[in-house]
Amino acid sequence: MSASLRVGIDVGGTNTDAVVLDDDDRVLATAKRPTSPDVTEGLRAALDAVLAGLPDPRLVTRVMLGTTHATNAILERRALGRVAVLRLGAPATTSVPPLSEWPDDLRDTVAAGTAIVRGGYFVDGSEIAPLDEDAVRRFVAGTPADAVAVTGVFSPASADQENRVAEIIRAEIGDVPVSLSHEIGSLGLLERENAAVLNAALYGVARDVTAALREALEARGLEVETYFAQNDGTLMAVGYAARYPVLTIGSGPANSLRGAAYLSGVADAIVADVGGTSTDLGVLVGGFPRESAAAVEIGGVATNFRMPDILSIALGGGTIVGAEPRSVGYRIGAEALVFGGSTPTMTDAAVAAGRGVVGTHPVPGEWRDRLERAVRAADEAVADAVDRVALGRSRPGRADRPLVAVGGGAFLLAERVPGAREVIRPEHAEVANAVGAAIALASGRIETIIPAAGGGSARTRLIDNAKEEAAARAVAAGADPESVQIVELSEIPLSYLPEPAVRLHVKAAGPLARLAG
Amino acid sequence: MQARITLEDVAALARGCAVLGTGGGGDVRPGAIAARRAIREHGEVPLVSLDELPGDALVLPLSGIGAPTVSHEMIHGEDEPVRIAEEVERIFGRPPAAVMSSEIGGGNGVAPVAWAARLGLPLLDADAMGRAFPEVQMVSMYVAGIPADLVVMADVAGNVVTIRPVDGLWSERIARAVCVAAGSSALMADYVLTARECAGAVIEGTVSRAIAVGRATEGAADPLAALTAELGAVRLLTGKLADLDRRTTGGFARGTATVEGTGDDRGRTLTLEIQNENLVALEDGRVRAMVPDLITVVDTQTATAVQTEALRYGQRVTVLAWPCDPLWRTPKGLETAGPRAFGYDLDYLPVEKIA
Repeated sequence: MSASLRVGIDVGGTNTDAVVLDDDDRVLATAKRPTSPDVTEGLRAALDAVLAGLPDPRLVTRVMLGTTHATNAILERRALGRVAVLRLGAPATTSVPPLSEWPDDLRDTVAAGTAIVRGGYFVDGSEIAPLDEDAVRRFVAGTPADAVAVTGVFSPASADQENRVAEIIRAEIGDVPVSLSHEIGSLGLLERENAAVLNAALYGVARDVTAALREALEARGLEVETYFAQNDGTLMAVGYAARYPVLTIGSGPANSLRGAAYLSGVADAIVADVGGTSTDLGVLVGGFPRESAAAVEIGGVATNFRMPDILSIALGGGTIVGAEPRSVGYRIGAEALVFGGSTPTMTDAAVAAGRGVVGTHPVPGEWRDRLERAVRAADEAVADAVDRVALGRSRPGRADRPLVAVGGGAFLLAERVPGAREVIRPEHAEVANAVGAAIALASGRIETIIPAAGGGSARTRLIDNAKEEAAARAVAAGADPESVQIVELSEIPLSYLPEPAVRLHVKAAGPLARLAG
Repeated sequence: MQARITLEDVAALARGCAVLGTGGGGDVRPGAIAARRAIREHGEVPLVSLDELPGDALVLPLSGIGAPTVSHEMIHGEDEPVRIAEEVERIFGRPPAAVMSSEIGGGNGVAPVAWAARLGLPLLDADAMGRAFPEVQMVSMYVAGIPADLVVMADVAGNVVTIRPVDGLWSERIARAVCVAAGSSALMADYVLTARECAGAVIEGTVSRAIAVGRATEGAADPLAALTAELGAVRLLTGKLADLDRRTTGGFARGTATVEGTGDDRGRTLTLEIQNENLVALEDGRVRAMVPDLITVVDTQTATAVQTEALRYGQRVTVLAWPCDPLWRTPKGLETAGPRAFGYDLDYLPVEKIA
């Protein structure tokens, strides 16, 4: 057996964490370094630190990266490509043109031009209008851009026109990258269009990150496959991530939940990730993060991504007692009382309460009462948050799930938390997010509209098709074709339609395919 | 009353319309986006009261009908209101003088701002429900006895359909069929009225009321108290959503939501019966509010309305109820939109008597 190692890296707001796992998913080395403003520098530092702990770094065959590069690029309007934004839907949809609700500066940075051409589909799959291919040609020829985003009405259910536009663009202007909305988002035209445009604007960022990572790895003598973590806690092979960079946004919370599941060995749990400024609570269902139903805004733009359902409370190791939600952040090593500083923090409060041994100085006696009150208030806030995310399963007699405490500040949490069966503190909990990146599966998902139950054999065939397509997308993302499984299948009834119909959502996932050789 | 609806008013109007939507009426966001876009393009929309219009001025009550999932994906075109206005002008020999919302609750309360802006017409400060209702005949004009003899519909493809129904029930039945043929989304003018006919047959002041309701929570130290006061509402219960049973039957999203009291309300439980809108609120088998009075679930912290589809286990919510317009409490009003019209074997009692 050839020993092969994996490196998981997670770039967080405060720290960049890295871990090395062996073939049996054992944690061999961990490292935590401050996240640098340019992200890449902190990433290199964490990588160096974790590789330094290995006898032979060349045994590393895979690197999994969860990064905030894309999020930062959008928030800072930096390194974004210019996008030709094409919608297929006229004469429908013209009351709200593309990018209508975007912040002005982001629109100015990203938009090379917009057009709504004749096309799109009705809910039943018939065409609103035949695709106006000439208008598509005129638009792309007259709109020089780094990428094109194409969004057709009801494309998640009927994708032919979007695919046809991709062919036209290839024939017309060659190799410019194209974002097709049906590959990126679900029903909800404006949100899906926004996601497709952001995706197209991020191609350059994806190229830069991939190149920087490859360069860093090559400089350290590593020849590896690289993967990117995405917002649902699964991985994309680097080639796939290059096409769907927007899906890397929000991978941090998902990684931490998946890492908590792996480290604790528990598949159904509440997870609290306690960081420097906040505690993020989420729920694991069958080993995957429970997803949020609400729309997600990125840089002021509404999208319909499914993100982990996270409740954040202002409780972190650096949270200043009496000045919540402010935090001393990375200055904790100088400012906290236990480090000889003069700012009372939640770390001091937890130390005073006997929950951990941290720092170099004892907690001064005059602070004890205030810190004790702060711990009680924090415990109440955690119990309340647990109750909220537990969705009614936290009451006495029903508190059947454990709380898995991870993150650098996990020692802040009490031994017992109301609403949780027990509190589990797994080993390596401080780098759970990087572990989550390293152990993640590859996945694919699809969403479409099918007849409701009673729809007969056509319905069965449509469900089977959707499962096959989801599995094919998982394989394209890097999953082993032999072991891809359908991990999620949900139907949401649609109201006011003539024929009873449901929105079908299918997700497939599987372990990464074996590497050749 | 304010004279114009500005870009800045749209957010407050949308928030207020969501509250008046009593859980239904559709998402207010698409309408707000369209309204902002139309104001930018065509200018602010004058808001007029009935007495500002000449007696023979034509009022065009507009609403979008169809499946919410469809209208969220297949957004309206820009010209549907223009085609309806042209058809109305052909029929009456004169153009409409003002647009009116048919349903102030939910998305149909906000979108008329966009339609009025597109047509270059003022918006009448009134609507036909004072809230949201699921069916076409559940409008004040029907209750007032105005014959439902004209419906004009326009779809995204450019088709215009004029219906001359014999009554409101037929109007509902045929309009629904047209809507389905048009891809489950259409724009509709129902009961084109003169300003003279509007008197007593529409619910006045509801657009400015929606804006006031939306404004009430802006910057308020206690948004819930501010909203409750502005509405003149009874706070039925503050608690958390403990159970939710959803089912889709007959094209409607039906369900039952259970709210368990917290804080001062600990130990109490309120059950909501839902058919798109929140229709009946029960506590220990006793009715505390029922349709046509308004029952809205709001987020306890922010006092933002929570729509039926957005209800989730564990949400911290407060249930508010307040009186409907007196028109709905008349025998004809109750026959049209009282508890029995929704299949509940209940005698209507006003919320201020039973809450």
